[in-house]
Order: sequence, then structure tokens, then C-alpha cells
Amino acid sequence: MACFVVGGGEAIVVSAVRAAVKRSEESRGIVDKSGRQLTDPSVEGYCWTRKLTWLMNMLWGGVALLAVEHMWHGEVVPFPPFLTAMNNPADIPEMLHEMATVGVGMAALVTVVWLVGTVVADAVARHASDVAAKEA
Amino acid sequence: MTLVITTAAAIAASIVWYVTGRSQRVAALALIYWGASLMWCVDGFANLAHGEAFVELADGAQMVDDAILGVTVVTVGLAIWTIYMLITHQRRTGVSTRQ
Repeated sequence: MACFVVGGGEAIVVSAVRAAVKRSEESRGIVDKSGRQLTDPSVEGYCWTRKLTWLMNMLWGGVALLAVEHMWHGEVVPFPPFLTAMNNPADIPEMLHEMATVGVGMAALVTVVWLVGTVVADAVARHASDVAAKEA
Repeated sequence: MTLVITTAAAIAASIVWYVTGRSQRVAALALIYWGASLMWCVDGFANLAHGEAFVELADGAQMVDDAILGVTVVTVGLAIWTIYMLITHQRRTGVSTRQ
């Protein structure tokens, strides 16, 4: 019905946090103006600007593609109230329940997978650096 | 079927990302598809909780409809990624791609 809206809300928050983190890391010389990392990931790990970009891509991508699916099934329309469930007051509690269960579950799963991914990415980058040091 | 097709696209994009020197641009496409696949996985588990199938395979007409939707979704993902790449390229170079 409208489960993807929760992911959309998280995507907006993450985008705002990413913008603030990028400003901070830019002032500390970690990233350049375009958000490209200037430090060595194998030493410092990946910067948070880059990590948050990964989460942003997953959330915005997921929300956009799920929105297409909802449009396909006629659950989202391009005119107010946009969500067809809003037309019938009896459907609103069901929609809110779906957002609280499936929607929150979607946002939580994407965030957990991203968190695991950032830890693995840092570990792989550091491991590659260790292997290179041993071979030298 | 939509989940299966989107996950296949995510795996294909990940392979392309790995083979082409782990480019950040291709990573963005893979992440778009992975994000959608994970979200549809949760939808599948919700279906299971309601006594329905994780992926609908019994109804042929429904399967075809879902497959067409899957291909549409993958195409839209590719279109979104192309627009995203054009915007980020323009921001990085400060040059418009339109002459």
C-alpha cells in the first residue's frame, strides 16, 4: 500500500546527514568538493561521506523501484491524495499498519545490510593493505 | 518474479562492478537494485506471514504480469542510474553534457 514511504523518509534523513558529514569531512581534508575520498581507505578506512552515499543509493533506488511497482498495481497515483488507500478511511488503519510493519522492516533490513557492508568493506581494504605490506 | 528479476539484475551489476575495476559508478547501479531486492524480500516474508507464497509461481498469468513488471523495474532502475550519472558528472566537471 505505502510501505516504501518509510524508506523514503529514511532516505531524506540520510541525505541530510550525508550533506552535513560531507561538509565536515571536506573541512578536515578527508574528501574533496565532489565528495571523492582524499585519504587512503586501506589506512583510514572508507570515509563516512562514501559510506552514507552507499546507503543513500540503496534507499533511494529501492524507494523509486518500489514506487514503480505500486504505480503498476494502482496503489500510487500521480494526483492527490497520491496513495489510493487514502481515498477510503477504512483502508487508512491497514495502510498505517503495513507501514509500521513491512515499511519499517524494509528500512531496517537495508540499514543492517549496509552496516555489515561498511564493516566488511573496511576490513577488506585493510586486509589488502596488510597483504601488500607483507609482500613488499 | 519481480524480486527474482531485480535480484538477477543486482547480481549482474555486481559482477560488472567487480570485473570493471570496482568502479563507483557501477556500484551505484548495483546498490539501487540491491536496495529494491532487499525491500521486496521483506515484502515476501510479509506474504509468508499472511499464508501466501514468498514468490508467486502457481498462477501463470500473475507470473507473466510480475515478470513484465520486473523487466520494467530493471529498465527504470537503469534510466534513474543514467540520469544520476549525468547529474554527478556535470557537478564534478562543472560542464554540461549539452552543447
